[in-house]
Amino acid sequence: MTSTTEQSERGGINVARLLMSFGPLMFLALLIVVFTVLKPSFIDPINIFNIMRQISITGLIALGMTFVILTAGIDLSVGSLLAFCGMVAAVVAKGGTANTLSLSTFGAQGYGWFAALLAAVVVGALAGGVQGFAITRLKVPPFVVTLGGLTVFRGLTLTISNGGPISGFDASMRWFGTGLIGPVPVPAIIFAAAAILCHIALRYTRYGRAVYAVGGNAEAARLSGLRVDRILISVYVIVGFFAGLAAFVLSARLNSSEAVAGIGYELTVISAVVIGGTSLFGGIGSVGGTVVGAALIGVLQNGLQFNNVSSYTQSIVIGLILILAVAFDRWLKSRVRR
Amino acid sequence: MPTAEAAAPSPSPALLAVEGVTKRFAGVTALNDVSLEVRPGEILGLLGENGAGKSTLLKILSGVMPPSSGRIVFDGVEFNPHNPQDAKRLGIVTIYQELSLIPTLTVAENIFIGRAPLGRFGLVSWRKMEEDSRAIIARVGLDLDPATPVSALSVAEQQLVEIARALSLKSRLIIMDEPTSALTETEVQKLMSIMGRLRKDGVAIMFVTHRLEEASAICDRMTVLRDGRLAGHLDRDKGPSGGPIKLPKIIEKMVGRAASELYARPTLRDVAGDVRLSVRGLRTVRDPQAPHAIVLEGVDLDLKAGEILGVAGLVGSGRTELARAIFGADRIAAGTITLDGKTIAPETPADAIALGIGLVPEDRKHQAIFAALGILTNFSIAALGRYSNGLGFMAERRERQALASYRKALSIRMASPEQPIEGLSGGNQQKVILARWLARDPKVLIVDEPTRGVDVGAKAEVHQILVQLAGRGIAIMMISSELPEVLAVSDRIVTMRRGRITGEMPGIEATEEKLMELMALDQTQEATQ
Repeated sequence: MTSTTEQSERGGINVARLLMSFGPLMFLALLIVVFTVLKPSFIDPINIFNIMRQISITGLIALGMTFVILTAGIDLSVGSLLAFCGMVAAVVAKGGTANTLSLSTFGAQGYGWFAALLAAVVVGALAGGVQGFAITRLKVPPFVVTLGGLTVFRGLTLTISNGGPISGFDASMRWFGTGLIGPVPVPAIIFAAAAILCHIALRYTRYGRAVYAVGGNAEAARLSGLRVDRILISVYVIVGFFAGLAAFVLSARLNSSEAVAGIGYELTVISAVVIGGTSLFGGIGSVGGTVVGAALIGVLQNGLQFNNVSSYTQSIVIGLILILAVAFDRWLKSRVRR
Repeated sequence: MPTAEAAAPSPSPALLAVEGVTKRFAGVTALNDVSLEVRPGEILGLLGENGAGKSTLLKILSGVMPPSSGRIVFDGVEFNPHNPQDAKRLGIVTIYQELSLIPTLTVAENIFIGRAPLGRFGLVSWRKMEEDSRAIIARVGLDLDPATPVSALSVAEQQLVEIARALSLKSRLIIMDEPTSALTETEVQKLMSIMGRLRKDGVAIMFVTHRLEEASAICDRMTVLRDGRLAGHLDRDKGPSGGPIKLPKIIEKMVGRAASELYARPTLRDVAGDVRLSVRGLRTVRDPQAPHAIVLEGVDLDLKAGEILGVAGLVGSGRTELARAIFGADRIAAGTITLDGKTIAPETPADAIALGIGLVPEDRKHQAIFAALGILTNFSIAALGRYSNGLGFMAERRERQALASYRKALSIRMASPEQPIEGLSGGNQQKVILARWLARDPKVLIVDEPTRGVDVGAKAEVHQILVQLAGRGIAIMMISSELPEVLAVSDRIVTMRRGRITGEMPGIEATEEKLMELMALDQTQEATQ
């Protein structure tokens, strides 16, 4: 008796679901078209690669943040953690906290890029693990724990660097930030590879299923035998790892680790994830969406810059887009529910 | 209150008239053509088993949702509240089991929330507020300082504050949803006497309960619902004696004759299998800091392989807590559990699951399904290890094949494995949850209210599935407050009341009347029946 209404409902679901998965992508395409019409040189490969390089840093962290937000968590500490990991990488790379402003690498007594990279990601992962522990065992909400972390990691960074930058890395390390493989910037390749790995992890592994389940309904996950606390800790380890990796790439690109690096990154990162369709309430979202979200922000920033829109105005536009993206998402979901 | 007691015998015009109200949810008719009346100055009992439609009717009357069809007339005017505030404003206040007071505010602030009396300069007059509050709470027999924070009050006192607030809002009809479930005997007595006093004042009360003794003691009339339909109205005996409505009459109405026909009763067996799960002296407490708040006490239970053990009990009887304790979801204060002769002490559900125990929880939406996730994930989540390889990658082809076979075996009606489970009907959702556990080949499967929110046709299917599973040697413990269901599938039945086992009998010997007595009556009152 209700088959007709059911069918029409199902039809509605399909259209709305299609929009939900491809809405951000269509918006991205639209932006690219608009900017190209405004200034055809926007679409030049040089500029496109430039955008890719720009988004790779926050994009890497956004990949980790996707895991966190899928569990209905949040990590506000990523910007500070990035600075902290960058500083750790610099100390390892240079073999000390000597503030060498000279860009020459002569006389550097460091441990090489690999040790620097390893130090950055291990410290990031550990920091994430500590925050995850506080969230699950001490039962402090993620918002509060990572808000505290935001301050703590910044303070640690300033302490070890004494407030200043540590600069001047050897060429092998700088390659990770400035190098090219063919025409493609190395950071973009790192971002792409990481995105593929994250996509596989979330989409094709047992772990990925568990992440979605914990975010979708933590109590049901527990009653289905998942070790919810472990999974929650793991997502903070992952985002910490990516903050470390992003820190390494950023330091390599700037040839310097700045104590004030990454301020406000958490907002760009969270925006990218949310614009990409991941629900702040957990359980819904994808790596693909996050990549699109990060690209959307990157294209917007670059395109506005390209058209001489001031960075002040850019902030306004990006903020509004974020709100509109979520409003649109909610609207679609209310359509699906009905 | 306006219309005080009218001349007793001639029935005063109805304050509230519900006329042919029906409520349909996607695929389920929760309320079917129900009519009832509440008159000023009377206490109407609204009774029915779980799933009878009481809470749906309540939600409609309190403005939470509109009826699909039918008419409600309140005080001579069509009653169409848009939201709970609206319903309150129109004069119907509903007091739920979960009280709605704000614990950090004082009694006075709670009573006057949103309408604090103003004094000079438009500032809140705290003195007037406290004085008025004192007078208001005195009406419900409370004598306490209105400046006390609500968090310092007992549940019973909080309930009275809510009633007092309702009165101060000039409510003409107060609906109380299971008000006695969290109260002690003396508190119940007190509440009853206050209800009697309000009745004298001309206030109409709708008393929603499944505690039959209490309903019988206080109600002037009763309306009984069954399976979403009106099962009948009962009146207090006329005449000078005016005796209370007799319990067997109520039970007969609640249980109904027709209900048993819905459930094809399969041949019940006297299962002679080995004891699989054994519980001895189980005790759990609500809060380790308050060891006197006992939830389960001295529970002994044996569950045989291949048997369906029905556990019948009302809400708050400890039936769900028993399941949760066995499943490692709640802490055990004392007692032992053995599985196949070995003592087990699961501390988490993961432990219990690893031992071969499965639980289909009572509250499907909050405890079982991942609403927005696909059916595939909902199906395999408890058996991820079985459907993944050593590297942790999902063996999706195997997973999909398994789902396909359960889809066929349990006749799950669904569009695709990717379809979010929230799009399925309650019955199909429940079948997916059953499949989730079958994928693990459990030794023991506990199902808690397996057909709640499931329509009649699918109910029978779920029952058949349970019988089949028992046939395969799984030990099944089925908790239910729907007696026809317990009778239809249980090989053996135990009843629970107030955290204890109150009786046990083979399924063949059980009748609804016998079970209802064991579930609902105090031993002392049983004698008077």
